[in-house]
Amino acid sequence: MRRDWLYHFREFRGAYAAAAMFVVIFAVYIAKHQTGWAVPVLTTAANKGVLLAIVAMAQTLPVLTSGIDLSVGMVFVLANCLASHVVVGTPLQAAAGCVAVLATGALCGFINGAIIVWGRLQPIVTTIATGTIYYGIALGLRPVPGGDVHAGLADALTGALPGGVPAMLVVLVGVVVVVWLPFRRSVVGRAALAIGSSEAAAYMSGVDIGRTKLVTYTLAGLLAAIAGLLLTFVTYSGEASSASGGVYTLNSIAAVVIGGTSLAGGAGSAIGSIFGALVLRTIGDLLFVFDLEPLWQPLFQGVILLVAVSLGALQLLKVTDRLEIFR
Amino acid sequence: MTALALKLKQNGQLPVLIAAACTVVLLLVGSLYSRNFLSADYLLLQLQIASFLGIVATGAMLVILLGGIDLSVPWTVTVGGVMSAAAAGWWGATGEWLAIPFGIACGAALGLVNGIGVAWLRVPSMIFTLGINAVAQGLIVVQTGGFAPQDRATPAMHLIATGRSLLGIPNALLVWLAVGLATMFLLHRTTLGRAIYGVGNRERAAYLSGIATRRVVVLCFTLAGACSAMAGVLLTGYSTKAYQAMGDAYLLPAIAAVVLGGTHILGGRGSYLGTVVGAMLITLLQSILSVMQIPEMGRQVTYGVVIVAMLLVYGRGRRLSD
Amino acid sequence: MEAILRLEEVSKRYGGVHALERASFACAPGRIHALLGENGAGKSTLIKVMAGVVQPDEGRIVLEGSERRFLHPQEAVAAGIACIFQELSLMPDLSVADNICITNPPRRRGLIDRRAQRRIAEAALARAGAEGIHPLAPVASLSLSRRQMVEIAKALAREPKILILDEATSALTAADVERVFALLHRLRDEGLAIVYISHRMHEVAALADDCSVFRNGRHVATFAAGTRSNAETVAMMIGRDIEHAYPPKPAPLPASDARTPAIEVRDLSWNGQLHDIALTVRRGEIVGLGGLDGQGQRELFLALFGVLRGVSGEVRVEGEPVAVRSPREAKHAGIGIALVPEDRKTDGLMLPMSVRDNLSFAALDRFSRAGVVVASAEAAAVGEIVRRLSIKAPELGDPAGTLSGGNQQKVVIAKWLLNAPRIVLLNDPTRGIDVGTKQEIHVLLRRLADDGAAVLLYSTDYAELIGCCDRVAVFLDGRIVRWLAGDDLNEHALVATALDVAAEAAH
Repeated sequence: MRRDWLYHFREFRGAYAAAAMFVVIFAVYIAKHQTGWAVPVLTTAANKGVLLAIVAMAQTLPVLTSGIDLSVGMVFVLANCLASHVVVGTPLQAAAGCVAVLATGALCGFINGAIIVWGRLQPIVTTIATGTIYYGIALGLRPVPGGDVHAGLADALTGALPGGVPAMLVVLVGVVVVVWLPFRRSVVGRAALAIGSSEAAAYMSGVDIGRTKLVTYTLAGLLAAIAGLLLTFVTYSGEASSASGGVYTLNSIAAVVIGGTSLAGGAGSAIGSIFGALVLRTIGDLLFVFDLEPLWQPLFQGVILLVAVSLGALQLLKVTDRLEIFR
Repeated sequence: MTALALKLKQNGQLPVLIAAACTVVLLLVGSLYSRNFLSADYLLLQLQIASFLGIVATGAMLVILLGGIDLSVPWTVTVGGVMSAAAAGWWGATGEWLAIPFGIACGAALGLVNGIGVAWLRVPSMIFTLGINAVAQGLIVVQTGGFAPQDRATPAMHLIATGRSLLGIPNALLVWLAVGLATMFLLHRTTLGRAIYGVGNRERAAYLSGIATRRVVVLCFTLAGACSAMAGVLLTGYSTKAYQAMGDAYLLPAIAAVVLGGTHILGGRGSYLGTVVGAMLITLLQSILSVMQIPEMGRQVTYGVVIVAMLLVYGRGRRLSD
Repeated sequence: MEAILRLEEVSKRYGGVHALERASFACAPGRIHALLGENGAGKSTLIKVMAGVVQPDEGRIVLEGSERRFLHPQEAVAAGIACIFQELSLMPDLSVADNICITNPPRRRGLIDRRAQRRIAEAALARAGAEGIHPLAPVASLSLSRRQMVEIAKALAREPKILILDEATSALTAADVERVFALLHRLRDEGLAIVYISHRMHEVAALADDCSVFRNGRHVATFAAGTRSNAETVAMMIGRDIEHAYPPKPAPLPASDARTPAIEVRDLSWNGQLHDIALTVRRGEIVGLGGLDGQGQRELFLALFGVLRGVSGEVRVEGEPVAVRSPREAKHAGIGIALVPEDRKTDGLMLPMSVRDNLSFAALDRFSRAGVVVASAEAAAVGEIVRRLSIKAPELGDPAGTLSGGNQQKVVIAKWLLNAPRIVLLNDPTRGIDVGTKQEIHVLLRRLADDGAAVLLYSTDYAELIGCCDRVAVFLDGRIVRWLAGDDLNEHALVATALDVAAEAAH
């Protein structure tokens, strides 16, 4: 029994480390914050952090299969722009609008998967190209920022529940429970890990590689769309900003790495990526709260990011057989 | 497939030929919109603009051949432009001479750090160069915000970027030609070039064959940084001013140019000629889309669709059952 | 006995190569059927057709009387055919249980039932005789031998009617080989049909009930085991008569030989896996490393080649003390060590690169001036070594991945010979190689030694060690426990020392 725990811990140690990192950094942030542990502070932090967390979840799925999705940021932006058109009107219409937005995200993901599986193109170049397509569509939907969103829904989701829990956190937990946990324990989820670990071995073992990748990329698109929808609730508008899309894409990759998932695939957890994203977000806020000159913030954020992803290099000091460092 | 196509495919030259054919097609399509398209003036201008992308793509190709990717291009380009303009401001008369080499050296320094991170710390290149990109951005923000250096291009930079000193050929194109010839020589005729292909194919086997793989990786990333910075210098000369976010528009097109030219994104395979054609193809594509006055939306979508379509023609991997 | 699986007139072509040419094969339940043949004879392709990994261009597959087509490995598995390949089909990052139940795991409410899966895994491991493996352990943490056992358990978990093993014992320790043999006999008695490929004749002799010989993609003969001699069988495999003899060894060098040894190792230790290794090899000698797999032989080679960090002890080359910190330093002319690694596909070659580029890769400095490659010098050297080693490559510009296993190994050896090494380390160079090429390599090694190189050979094949080497150092737990030479160099002594049993008791 004890050995079972050991295996479980070793499998998820990256995620645990990221969680620990987040707890420490967030504690420092709250301690230094003028207001400290108060509902508005927590809600603002949640509203910003959850968006990146969900995009990081989206990025985790393809990474597990040793792929990558460089279009998640653009699907995120596209969902935002679409939502600012359709998530309006009566509650029923708004609900239908939400469904439409999510379906669009899933479709974008499915297109990615289809090109990768049937076109046999590499994920990195495929998603670079489809990213520009999705951005173009977003631009067509919102050439200039604007639009609106169902106010009631937005207020509810960006506020706090009775008891002080930010609604966004509940949404995040809901997404994890409804999307990630079933995926992780399903055949398709394990097949994704198998493909990332060794695609050749997975094929020989009879894993359905095509279907698994399709499901993976489709879910990634869906998750990115969820985040885009939530963005609309936060900003009450839609904006086709390629800079924002690019930042979210790249930050999602950083979040995945900080969360303990290897870019080579085969092992990892979206929960680690969530903490990785929250760590990234909180670091930015941390610098602000420590009254660091705004001029120096981007540099510090960059350096901290670099250090965080390089921490794994410490393990190399133990390596005595140099062949281990080459794949 | 005919025997000829099969031979070309094995040779690795098929992508180059297809890309070249598409370039011709684009020219013809463009000429339907405006007869100017086929004029020497316009073509030379396209080549001049393509030179900037081509130089960035050269560095990108070296890294991709190794099996990595350089996501620090955007801000390394900016570093090249900003630091060279700043140097001109700091050092007066000598600054004019040193500006260009200094800008390139700054880019090379960033590339060196990239190389060390990837080769020694074994951090995946995608994520390490991402971090360096953020650090470079931070450095430029501090530099321009805190010290407000000169951001004007020196006359030399302007001349190289826009002038036509030799038989009416744009100087920028001459720079690209020089860089390109040097790169082709490096890749196809030197031991370092072989080592690059070897490392890109299988670093483990290259290491066990006695290649100094880490040195090769560091060198390639340093050269890539220098290339990005060089493009930044040229861009500054072209627009007579260095500005932030200069390089944002060059990362994805550079990768696209390399890949469309037939270089395998996972490394180990590709010829420089392909990258040249790829850069020209991308530049032409962008020019046509703006000549046709399609709104930005249509441009983005067409751009992405064309890249996917071309890759589906010749960039496909093998079936697993093979 | 009525055959359960029959392949009739099956053909498979890859481009211009006929991997299988109207080949026929049948296996019956309750019998172990060995497939024999050189590399390129078609055995692996035949098995891949049976297992649904490749589709035949012509021919029929008849399973239990009805014709079948397997478009995907999964379909063959569902039909009761389980195959264990040379390249493992395990995912290293996943646990043993996940690997065993990777397809069709037990499910509860749509999700994987982990507890039931674990029970299935434990049962399969027990059936394979590998109870010591923890089901939750990640496969990457297991040794190669343990992984092979998991692979066997995985095949058994599918309750197959037909079990196919392709070189499945090549990575196993001797103890595990015994277990697997016992297991295969048990399964045969339970009524499974077993198809077995191995290059080790003594294994075939110990296991098989029937034998089939293939050559050049065609079926040559099928006979009951024991009805043909080894020589006859090998003759059928190669198609020509050969005496399976090793090249003659020179007279042993006198112990008082005053020449400086090519390499001298003293008190070499590393990481708890090598302890106080001492050996001396003179020019012209072939020294073997024996003992069970994984006793430190591979690590010694890596240490000499500069791959390991934290190696203590003294190494002298031609009398001069050296500190080798990387393969680059090792291959340098002043030291001159070459290592032919155990896995040619991942460590020895860059498969997509051309044969020519692979051949010149380690010696480029010799064909270049100031970093620029002199193409004519390179082409001349490459052409000469291809001739010298009889490497069969239609076009030197073709990717190295298109060559057969034996020729690939020759390319790896040739690559190092171009560097004119003083000391050649070979890590199991003839594993998985056909008999004909094996012989050629043995002759080559003796010629290398005669020309003045010092050769160290690690082999898992006792016959090879005895036939090729002048002296053998037997390893146990990272130490050299005994040196065998002359009359002492025989199979009994090798086995006994390797298993740490007193040699006298073994006689």
